[in-house]
Amino acid sequence: MSVLVLLAAIAVLGAGGFALARGRALAAAADGAARLHSLPAYYGWYGALWSALPGIAVIALWLAVSPSLLPSLALAPGIGVPEDPAQRELFWNDVENLARGNFVAEHTDDAVRITAQRYVALRGRALTGALALTVLLGLAGGAIALRGIRPTLAARVHVERFLRGVLMLSSTLAILVTIGIVLSLVFETLRFFDVVSPREFLFGTEWSPQIALRADQVASSGSFGAVPIFVGTLLITAIAMLVAVPIGLLSAIHMTFYASVRARDVLKPLLEILAGVPTVVYGFFAALVVAPAVRDLGGAIGLSVASESALAAGLVMGIMIVPFISSLSDDAITAVPISLRDGSFGLGATRSETIRLVIIPAALPGIVGGFLLAVSRAIGETMIVVMAAGLAANLSFNPLDAVTTVTVQIVTLLTGDQEFDSAKTLAAFALGLTLFVVTLALNVAALRIVKRYREKYD
Amino acid sequence: MTERSEANPGARWASPAMQDHLRRRHRAERRFRRAGAIAIGFALLGLATLLGSVVANGWSAFRTTEIRLDVSFDPALFAGLAEAPPGERDALLAGADYAALVRNALRALFPAIEGRQELRELTGLVSTGAREELRAMVTADPALIGATRALWLPADDEVDLYRKGRISRGVTAGDRHLSDAQLAWIDELAASGRVRATFASGFFTSGDSRDPERAGIWGAVVGSFLTLVVTLTLVFPLGVSAAVYLEEFAPKNRLTDLIEVNINNLAAVPSIVFGLLGLAVFLGFFGLPRSAPLVGGLTLALMTLPTVIITARVAIQAVPPSIREAARGLGASPLQVVSHHVLPLAMPGILTGTIIGMARALGETAPLLMIGMVAFVVDVPHGIRDAATALPVQIFLWADSAERAFVEKTSGAILVLLGFLIAMNGTAIWLRRRFEKRW
Repeated sequence: MSVLVLLAAIAVLGAGGFALARGRALAAAADGAARLHSLPAYYGWYGALWSALPGIAVIALWLAVSPSLLPSLALAPGIGVPEDPAQRELFWNDVENLARGNFVAEHTDDAVRITAQRYVALRGRALTGALALTVLLGLAGGAIALRGIRPTLAARVHVERFLRGVLMLSSTLAILVTIGIVLSLVFETLRFFDVVSPREFLFGTEWSPQIALRADQVASSGSFGAVPIFVGTLLITAIAMLVAVPIGLLSAIHMTFYASVRARDVLKPLLEILAGVPTVVYGFFAALVVAPAVRDLGGAIGLSVASESALAAGLVMGIMIVPFISSLSDDAITAVPISLRDGSFGLGATRSETIRLVIIPAALPGIVGGFLLAVSRAIGETMIVVMAAGLAANLSFNPLDAVTTVTVQIVTLLTGDQEFDSAKTLAAFALGLTLFVVTLALNVAALRIVKRYREKYD
Repeated sequence: MTERSEANPGARWASPAMQDHLRRRHRAERRFRRAGAIAIGFALLGLATLLGSVVANGWSAFRTTEIRLDVSFDPALFAGLAEAPPGERDALLAGADYAALVRNALRALFPAIEGRQELRELTGLVSTGAREELRAMVTADPALIGATRALWLPADDEVDLYRKGRISRGVTAGDRHLSDAQLAWIDELAASGRVRATFASGFFTSGDSRDPERAGIWGAVVGSFLTLVVTLTLVFPLGVSAAVYLEEFAPKNRLTDLIEVNINNLAAVPSIVFGLLGLAVFLGFFGLPRSAPLVGGLTLALMTLPTVIITARVAIQAVPPSIREAARGLGASPLQVVSHHVLPLAMPGILTGTIIGMARALGETAPLLMIGMVAFVVDVPHGIRDAATALPVQIFLWADSAERAFVEKTSGAILVLLGFLIAMNGTAIWLRRRFEKRW
């Protein structure tokens, strides 16, 4: 709400600046003595920028400061504000709800009410201040812009330089996001490694992150050896790739070399549907249809299959990855020059011989690159395994057992209601960092392979 | 020629050895071809079972069972209403025993039934939502008190399942939630025309609920919509300006290279990592509210940004340089070239990419789990700071529920989600066909 008020003020200031500056530029050139350097609208934009930009700076300041500053000011000690941080957070929740006029639990005590009143008053004052600052700075900026407007002013150049700056800033956002990911993961992971040693995390074989509810509880430290999780992830990924690679590669080959144009026009979109189905749907399918079917089938031939077997999750994940593999291998195959194919046919090779002995070797870097990208995708896939794979960390290579994966553990560690700093939540960030590093390495490797080993033809 | 063939008899096509060799090669060819067809068959089989099981489970979610009861609004249950001061009337009306109204109406139909256990089973046929409906009716029109109305009231989810044939009588009584007596009553009601299947409007208009027959997707749809609005308002301007900069203005230097490498890598980062980023930065650092579409939209915006930048760049690249040169030749500034010519021409491609990115964001679940959008939210959210859930997350929550009836709800919600996705992708394809230019 408060930001909307500021935005409205900025819009008014900008519109005013635009109209005044444009009018002044036109008036300056009206006598015909001088020609304007730029189109009149550029003078308008020049004025609008000068009057609106200070306000945008104020908003940025407001967004950065107010969420932390206002509560700390409002939560003055003395009237029964709890000291304990967790209690304090609950207390603050009540205050915020009350301040927003929402229904609060009936046992609202006076402390909450007083704090809420103080918070509302404080926020009102801060908002008035921010608004006054916006208007004052905007007027000042507008005045400076208006004073500077004369026909020789290169308004267009100024405005365009500013816009180019904005364009450049938005393109650097990608770097900021990467930095944000790395920093947030690394910081939390370092804090996790204060509690659990990196050696135990990377090489320990026992994973049971049961942190005690009370500090004095027996066996209050869980164990955080992530090897069973890594093994489980690899097992499911391997099953998925065993399904996806042959199906994906063969169907790409079939569609490129054997299928008629009409069949391809039907088959390709159908495969693309598989790529567009949300992963949560695959997860539901795996849990509802595939897992029971696999269990029953195993039971029928006398095998004991866990009801959340790695096989079921892997199978469904494989189906999900088929279109990915197929389209990447399709790209790699069609990139092989037609002359190679024709040469092979000319020597009397059959189609399958051409494909196996000429096309695939030539397309191999692209295919391997696609394979690595698919592995990275399978490792990072979340919903299928959350819904169809197990929670218990069994160190097992048997596809019929229930295993767990990195992503499953991240979700289970973080979806409960718990404080932000417990070893459990920090462990999730350590797993997230591992995931990020591994997928990043796979992607970089894939790009390298494609670049390095691609044969240059013609 | 003949001499050489005689010198190397194996190369003579007519020789039996050569014929045999050729046959083997042709067999291998057929095998290979068949393997390809089988691979495609497997993929299509996967697709068919996936969609088939969802449709088979989900189509009935759009129908629901109702029971017609002659509800008499017994004045005795609203005792004290006439004397009550106007200020307390609403509270009195809201607090009346509406369960008794339903119970009495059912008892009137089955007068023979005695005993607490049997009576409880009988009232169990009607959804607890029936009370809410009666309460809403009476609060809206207190004149109903004293009257008797024939009303269609929602049935319990188990009754609904039975009527849809998803619970069969053949199952032993211990394995189903309905007793033999209850099944008999339902059949009796049905025989007297008091049971009907009707369009489940509640499924589309209500929020989540613990009772399957009262749970709907509207709250999740609104949550998804608000989330996507936040995502779109951020990702479209940012993505397009980044693409314009990289394609039209960026000098070839290390910073540009770094940006490009970053974009390509971000596009392949698992979505759950973006969830962790959102959790650490938006919730932990900026202190934004948990479970809110605002945070969900921000997180998904960061996730879809690389996709949008990449597709927008492809669309901008497709605009031929001759157009830029012509505009420059007529005196346009670099920025005017972009804003007057390149961007309008590239816009269909950019929009197509954006819609596809939005469709991906709509189907995304994992990052939203990280930022707490898995909360059980009954109310339909009103703003981007309210607690909300999204459609795929609702599917995930329902899929986790124990009640049998939620399987149907889950599949129904999946059908709605797939419908939205098909509509979005269809729009993207239409845009591409309609406006794509070939130079």
